[in-house]
Amino acid sequence: MTASQSPRQRVVDLAFLDARSKLIDLAAFLDRVDRHPGSEDYRVAALKSALVELSGNEPDRARRVLEALSDPTEEPAPRAETQGATGAWRPPETCSPS
Amino acid sequence: MRYIEPHGHMVSRTTDDYLAMVTAGCKAVCEPAFWAGFDRRSAEGFYDYFCQLTEHEPKRAAKFGLPHFSWLCLNPKESEDLALAADVLALIPDFLDRPNVLGIGEIGLNKNTANELKVLEQHIDLAVSRDQLILVHTPHLEDKLKGTKLIIDALLNHSGTRPERVIIDHVEEHTAPLVLDKGFWAGITLYPESKCTPPRAVDMLETLGADRIWLNCACDWGVSDPLAVPKTALEMKRRGHSGDFVDQVLYRNPHRFLSQSPNFRLQEET
Repeated sequence: MTASQSPRQRVVDLAFLDARSKLIDLAAFLDRVDRHPGSEDYRVAALKSALVELSGNEPDRARRVLEALSDPTEEPAPRAETQGATGAWRPPETCSPS
Repeated sequence: MRYIEPHGHMVSRTTDDYLAMVTAGCKAVCEPAFWAGFDRRSAEGFYDYFCQLTEHEPKRAAKFGLPHFSWLCLNPKESEDLALAADVLALIPDFLDRPNVLGIGEIGLNKNTANELKVLEQHIDLAVSRDQLILVHTPHLEDKLKGTKLIIDALLNHSGTRPERVIIDHVEEHTAPLVLDKGFWAGITLYPESKCTPPRAVDMLETLGADRIWLNCACDWGVSDPLAVPKTALEMKRRGHSGDFVDQVLYRNPHRFLSQSPNFRLQEET
């Protein structure tokens, strides 16, 4: 880092390789999933849907990705079916009957 | 560098972690009541846990010269059983006068259920009636956005809530503005995979300002890093932020919020 660097250049220099590595990890994860037969997992589908937020030039990409993976409903749930979270909202119509 | 760890589940950590935190500049650690990783089966289990938080753990921390403070509650993961919740809530008032207790926390929601919301409202009422600070846990991952909105509504629906005495923790990019816009404090949790990384935390500080934000590691029995807060100072310095900015975020901000409790006094100030 030098004093003559622009702030934008400094940000890229600091974090580009880390971002590159994470992008390739994500690509490799999708390849890994696709090497195995089966239907699309709702979490992987949500991940792919959220990826479109990265391709544009609009700001607040992190916020929009988080919102894309969030439960969009507003009313409290009648009961907890589980204590954990999976990382992506599962629309009710795709839930398997219990 | 000095810092305050305002949210660490130290009962789950080793003495090596205490040593590392003090060596890194930690001046105080605050421990909210938490889920044990399994459901406790009786109110007696909680009684023992509250004794651990208010008697035993402060002694363990003191061996490293570290002041230890605690928050008390029933964690939202255990709020589905309303009868158990009532029994545990009845225990809490007797602990509130203990010298290291800062308030009620970490209360909140987990799966955003009706029962969790009832127990949250009971905790808010207890905190307000006893003039206690409130530390709020927001749900994980896909449940966070909805849960944060429900929590804010529950807090604001109570006429006695004073937002400046409430910190809503585990905010991320999609929830931090909701929290700050209503006058609450916001906690950013530096936690691998499920919450926030140091670069994203510094992004939020740069875009939202640092006025009512603290950083914490929330280290517990899961994969977590008790040194995540001082490591984030390194990220700030790499980006060119001043030592004064680092001190504001890591020490003065949590100190300002926590000092609203008469029990939060550090040795150099007495």
